[in-house]
Amino acid sequence: MLEILGKTSIDFMAKRRWAFLFSGIMVVLGIVAIIQIGRGSANLGIDFAGGTAVQLKFDQAIRIDEARKVLEANGLGNAELQEFGQDNKLLIRLKASTTIEEKVADRVVAVFTKEFASNHFVVDSSTEIGPTIGKKLQGDALIAILISFAGIILYVAARFEFRFGIAAALATFHDVLAVLGAFYILDKEITLLVVTALLTLAGYSMTDTVVVFDRIRENLRMRRRESEETIINNAVNQVLSRTIVTSLTVVLVLIPLTLAGGEVLHDFSLALLWGVIFGTYSSVFVASPLLLLWPGASGRLLKGN
Amino acid sequence: MKKVGGRLTLLALVVVLSVIFFIPTYQPFYQALPGWLKQVMPNKGITLGLDLQGGIHLVMEVDEDRAVEIAVDRSVASLQDVLVEKKIPVESVTRTGQAQVTMQFQNAELKEQIQKLIDDYPTFSETASAGSANRLVWELREAEVKRIKDSAINQALETIRNRIDQFGVAEPIVQRQGLKQIVVQLPGVKEPKRARDLIKETALLEFKMLDEDNQSKLDLPSRIPKDKEEEVLKQAESKLPAGDQILFERGVDKDTGREYRIPYLVKKRVMLTGDVLSDARVSIGQFNDPYVSITFDGKGGREFERITGDNIKKRMAVVLDNTIYSAPVIQDRIVGGRAQITGTFSMQEANDLAIVLRAGALPAPLKIIQDLTVGPSLGKDSIEKGVQATLFAGAMVVIFMIVYYRLSGVIADFALMLNLLCLIGALSALNATLTLPGIAGIVLTIGMGVDSNVLIFERIREELRSGKAVRLAIDGGYDKALLTIVDSHVTTLITGVALFLFGTGPIKGFAVTLCLGIGINLFTALIGTKVIFDLLNQRHKVGQLSI
Repeated sequence: MLEILGKTSIDFMAKRRWAFLFSGIMVVLGIVAIIQIGRGSANLGIDFAGGTAVQLKFDQAIRIDEARKVLEANGLGNAELQEFGQDNKLLIRLKASTTIEEKVADRVVAVFTKEFASNHFVVDSSTEIGPTIGKKLQGDALIAILISFAGIILYVAARFEFRFGIAAALATFHDVLAVLGAFYILDKEITLLVVTALLTLAGYSMTDTVVVFDRIRENLRMRRRESEETIINNAVNQVLSRTIVTSLTVVLVLIPLTLAGGEVLHDFSLALLWGVIFGTYSSVFVASPLLLLWPGASGRLLKGN
Repeated sequence: MKKVGGRLTLLALVVVLSVIFFIPTYQPFYQALPGWLKQVMPNKGITLGLDLQGGIHLVMEVDEDRAVEIAVDRSVASLQDVLVEKKIPVESVTRTGQAQVTMQFQNAELKEQIQKLIDDYPTFSETASAGSANRLVWELREAEVKRIKDSAINQALETIRNRIDQFGVAEPIVQRQGLKQIVVQLPGVKEPKRARDLIKETALLEFKMLDEDNQSKLDLPSRIPKDKEEEVLKQAESKLPAGDQILFERGVDKDTGREYRIPYLVKKRVMLTGDVLSDARVSIGQFNDPYVSITFDGKGGREFERITGDNIKKRMAVVLDNTIYSAPVIQDRIVGGRAQITGTFSMQEANDLAIVLRAGALPAPLKIIQDLTVGPSLGKDSIEKGVQATLFAGAMVVIFMIVYYRLSGVIADFALMLNLLCLIGALSALNATLTLPGIAGIVLTIGMGVDSNVLIFERIREELRSGKAVRLAIDGGYDKALLTIVDSHVTTLITGVALFLFGTGPIKGFAVTLCLGIGINLFTALIGTKVIFDLLNQRHKVGQLSI
């Protein structure tokens, strides 16, 4: 039998103060990110903020500073540029300040056709989104997230106890906020695909937490005499090898996707990768200790069988 | 001893069904099948989303208010005709605001006479409070405003559908979204700009008379460069005669290839609109220049005959969306209901013009509020890279499971394949559209599938450690892992359902694959792998488990 970990008995609960401190910082970052998104000063993708994005694929390499100069000379100075080196690709983004009636995408293409006549290119993609649609997408995504959280709290509360539901939801929120905060700090663009990644990792983190909770419930029923802290610690140790193996396999999937999945999948996979790491951490160091903060009536679980 | 026969049959059935449903997705193989087989098989599989195969996704809004204005403008024009016909000397008839018609007249005695006309315009009612001795105000009824707005979007949908059908796109989607939005999806379109122009063009064709008597007084420039229209309009604004407007003819200089504009003074009154067309097609003129020949329907033909007869030796402008295409001199009364639209356009432009004229005008201008265009090259790139990376990642997981769990790892890998096969089969059966977020959903479910097996195996290991016999350990492991697996899947399913119900577009695609994947996961983890363990046990009476 090949094992990464043997039988462990690490006292995870004793380290909860450090964990809460670290998690607290990450959550605050995440909340700051959300406030900034609400105020419109975060790096929102144009699918949420509205605007224009054009991606061009050139035959020869193109210098990004030259491209910027050319755009500025043609009154498109507020463009953000990003290049994907190996493929000679250039992504030009213009936020919502311009209206869609102007056909900004056509203007950008015209500028490059004129100024870089010797370097032929094709339009990989162009996206124009009116600001109203962006707002609607934002709202829809938010409603979907809130409803799913409410549903999960109810289900976990019904299957376990109310405090389990709250703890699971909080731990999941924590993971989403942590990744969002990290994206905000690194000034990475928050697009619809990144939001999808956040939802995916919410699902993943929830699963992870439920697995640990399940074991806690099982142990609560079997060993009534031990303190809750010991029971929780044992449960976390018992599922530890599963937690590690699962996280490892997911990380094995995500690393190649992040490194070689192409520019569309890159940010998506990156968000997931961080999400898995935070999700694994949170089910051990956040969700379970939260139960200790709220010891409450563990009676129902003991009675039921 | 547990019976495995029933479960094995079920498993085999699911596999066969998945393969059958998947086959149409892989076209080269499907096309090679004999005809009779194609008859009984499903004929449609998974479609690739626009982000994967390239194409256009447009969300447009109908300018409803403008539709109302246009309808009122028409009533104004017809009212003017009637007043002229009945020889009632009215100073002016104009649209005021969105839905009001205001009539001014010098002679207060005319009021009663005009008031009677409202019987012929039942959609209007008189607003007495806004009128005076010399003024009469009619307003479009509330119900009619609502009807126009409602029908505007339906008309727009119909028109766009017609145009796209004639443009020729494989599997276009044209549908209403919410109250006043229209979604158009054109997968695999090679010329996105042309397609977009074709859809967006209002294509309101109008015939108007030039005001040649007053044109000289305005001393308009004879030819101006493109983009200088504003200046001309500003200069002429103060001198513009009532009931007139300035419109521009578009032209291209043959030598330099530059576009230019010719300003004309045109009477606002519309003589005839494109409603009365029955056909439009492209013809080639004597200098190899394409033009569009149009045919009027019966009523339109008679009307056209009357108008041309009344205006011989005068110039009539052919106006499309407020741009003059040509302004020929009427040589003679035109009988037979045919006319030509000439101008400087290429063969393709003439072709597109004929399409929009045939399909009819939009009831109001459209506003594009979302426009996603993905070039075919990006689609190909992202598929290739994504698939390569996914395959590589999948191989890593497969190898890891075998290294870590030995023979049981092989069984888990089998479950993984089964999972993927069923998921693709189910997506094919639903004719789902696969997008990048959809693929993300698949990746997540595959991850969950692996996780289910890890959970079970770790439980079995625990049971073995506590000294249980292999068969008991397997049963115990499955039993104890069951609740955990169900709980974790149901919580994820709740997320999936919420996303499906409240999410839009790409998020919905993600939710579909996620929900399907979860159901399939439960099946493969709880039935698929268990039956193999049981089978092994039955045949070999395993003393030691390779796990």
